[in-house]
Amino acid sequence: MPVWGVAGPVTTAIALAAMVAGVALGLQAARPWWRLGGSLLGLAGLVLLLSRGAGALLVDAGDLARVSPAAGFWCLLLVFMMLMADALSALRPGPRLRLGLLALFLVGLAALLASGALSELSIMQEYRGRVAGFRTAAARHVALALGSLAAAAAIGFPLGILCHRRARLRSLAIPVLSFLQTIPSLAMFGIMIPVLAWVAATVPGAQEIGIAGIGFAPAFLALLLYSLLPVVANTVAGLDAAPPAAVEAARGMGMTDRQRLWSIELPLALPVILAGLRIVLVQNVGLAVIAGLIGGGGFGTFVFQGLNQTATDLILLGALPTVVLALVSAILMDILVDFARRTPKRESA
Amino acid sequence: MIEIDRITKVYDDTTVVDEVSMTVETGTITVIVGTSGSGKTTLLRMINRLVEPSSGEVRINGEVTRDIPTHLLRRRIGYAIQGHGLFPHHTVARNIAAVPRLLGWPKDKIARRVDELLTLFGMEPAAFRDRYPAELSGGQQQRVGVARALASRPDLLLMDEPFGALDPIIRGRAQEDLRAIQQKLGSTIVLVTHDMEEAIRLGDRVGVMDGGRLVQHGPPEEIVARPANAFVAEMVGDAERPMRLLSLIPVRGLVEPGAAGGDPVPEGASLRDALSACLWTGRDAVPVERGGAVVGRITLDAIRGRVEHRA
Repeated sequence: MPVWGVAGPVTTAIALAAMVAGVALGLQAARPWWRLGGSLLGLAGLVLLLSRGAGALLVDAGDLARVSPAAGFWCLLLVFMMLMADALSALRPGPRLRLGLLALFLVGLAALLASGALSELSIMQEYRGRVAGFRTAAARHVALALGSLAAAAAIGFPLGILCHRRARLRSLAIPVLSFLQTIPSLAMFGIMIPVLAWVAATVPGAQEIGIAGIGFAPAFLALLLYSLLPVVANTVAGLDAAPPAAVEAARGMGMTDRQRLWSIELPLALPVILAGLRIVLVQNVGLAVIAGLIGGGGFGTFVFQGLNQTATDLILLGALPTVVLALVSAILMDILVDFARRTPKRESA
Repeated sequence: MIEIDRITKVYDDTTVVDEVSMTVETGTITVIVGTSGSGKTTLLRMINRLVEPSSGEVRINGEVTRDIPTHLLRRRIGYAIQGHGLFPHHTVARNIAAVPRLLGWPKDKIARRVDELLTLFGMEPAAFRDRYPAELSGGQQQRVGVARALASRPDLLLMDEPFGALDPIIRGRAQEDLRAIQQKLGSTIVLVTHDMEEAIRLGDRVGVMDGGRLVQHGPPEEIVARPANAFVAEMVGDAERPMRLLSLIPVRGLVEPGAAGGDPVPEGASLRDALSACLWTGRDAVPVERGGAVVGRITLDAIRGRVEHRA
C-alpha cells in the first residue's frame, strides 16, 4: 500500500503540509515564537497521520493485528520535541509561564489520550487490557519515588545540618554515602533481598509492617539509600555557601544557633537544597523501574514483562509514562528552584 | 562605661591577647589599632564573647559580661564588621530591624526606628526601605550595616574594620558620617583598624596593640607626639608625624589678630589645612573666619612653633 493510501490522500497531504510548514517555521533561528509554533504544527501533523493511519491499516486485518509507530514516527517526534525544547529555552519563560505551559501540555496530552484518536494503536490496546494494573502501577511508582524522596529529606536534612556544623561527622558521612551511590542499581536491589528477608525473619513485628525480602520495602530502601547522598551533600553545600560575613553578623547580633539556622542559613541554602531534591526525584523516578524486578511494583512491572515476552508495546507502556513522569518532575522542581532563587518578597515587617 | 580588666586569650600555647586592661568612657570612640596578628580583633570579639576570654573580665556599666547569656549580651551590643555582613535575602528595613525583632519590639516601633535611622544616615526611607542589599552601592551597604548595629540603641557599638572594604574617598566620607552620628547620638564605640590614619581621625582615645599587648593607650595627640616605643613610632610613621599632629589641632587656638590676604579658612579647620593654604598660596599667613566673618589670621610661624614645641 502506498503511503498516501494509508490515511487517504487528503489527510496525508494536510499532515505532510503541516510538518513541512513546521520544519520551515522551525528554521527561523531569530524567532523563537515561530519555532515554538512550528514544533506544535509539526506535532499536530504527526499525530493526525498517526491517528488516521492506524484505523485504516486495521480494517479487515483481523482481531490479532496490531499497529505500532515505526522508526520514522519516533525520529520525527524527536525532531519536533527538540525543536520545542530549543524554542522554549530561547524564550526563557519565567517560572509562572513555564508552569502554565506545562499544565497546557499535560491537559493536551490527556485530551489526546481521552479522545480515542490513538486508541487503535497497539500500546493503547495493551493499556486497555490492563487499566486496573496500570493505575496500581502508576500509584506504586509515584509512591516509591516520592516516598523515598520524603524519607531521604527527613533523614538527609538533619544529617546535612549536623555535617555542616561538625567537620568530623562530615568526613565520616559523605564518603559512606558516596560509596552507597557507587553500588550498581541492580546489585543494590539484589542486596536488599537477603538483608530484608533476614530482618523479616528475625525482628519481631517486622513482617507485620510489611518488611519482606521482595516487594515494596526493599525497593523503597534501595531508593532511599541512593537518595541520601544528593540530599546531604547539597544541604551541606548550600549551608556552606551562606556568606560568612552574614553568618558572623548574625552571631554577633545575638541570634541563637537555631534562629541563625532558620532565618539566615536555611533560606540562603534553599535553592541548592532544592536542586538536590530535583536530582533525587528524577533519579528515583527512573530507578524505581528496577523495583519491577523484585516485585516492588511500578511501571517496571510492564517493562520487565515486555522484555520477557519480547513485547515492545508492553515495554513502552512502562517506559513512556516513566519518561513523562521524570520530565514533569524535573520541570516542576526547576520551577520551584527558580521561585526559591528569586529574592523573596518582603514579609510583614 | 566599659571596663576591660586584665583580659587574656590563650590558644594552645599561644597568648593572643595578654592581660589587656582599658576603660572606655561612655559617649567616646576608642580605636584599637595594630598590625594583623596583634590580637586587636580577638580583643574586640572578647567584649561580646564571640571569643571567650581565658582569664580576666569585661564589665559594662559595672555588670560583668561573663554572667549574661551570650545571645542576650550580644543583643545589647551593636556589631558592625568589614564587608557589612548584611543578610542578602532580607530588605534594608528587615536588616536594620534584625536586633529589635530579636528583642521583640512592637512592629510600629520598629518601623519608626528604621525610618529614623535611614534618615539619619541620609537615605530616604521611602526609597530605600524595600530594597535588597545587592541593589545598594558599597557605601550605602556599609551605612545600612552601621544603622543595623545601632538599631536597638545599644550600650556599646563594636566595629571591626568597618570601612575596610570601601574605596578611599567613600571611606573618608563614611568616617566623617560616623563621627557626626556618634556625636549626635552620644554612642560609645570601640573600633578596630589597621590604619593609623583612621585611628587618629576617629579616636577620642587610641590603643595601639602589638603581639597581644596594649603598648600604648591615650589621646591621639599623645600617640603621635610621644610614641611609647619604636613600634608605635613606626605605626605613626616618622615622616608623617608632623602632618598627623597638625591634622589633630584646630586652627582656633592659634588665631592672632591681624589681616592676611587670600581665602579665609574656618577656625574649626585643622592646622594641616591652614598650612596647606599657606603653602599653596605662597603666603606667610592666611585669614581665619568664624561663621563667615574674618576673626584674625594664622601664621606659618605659629604653626611651626606648635609642632616644634610638641617635638
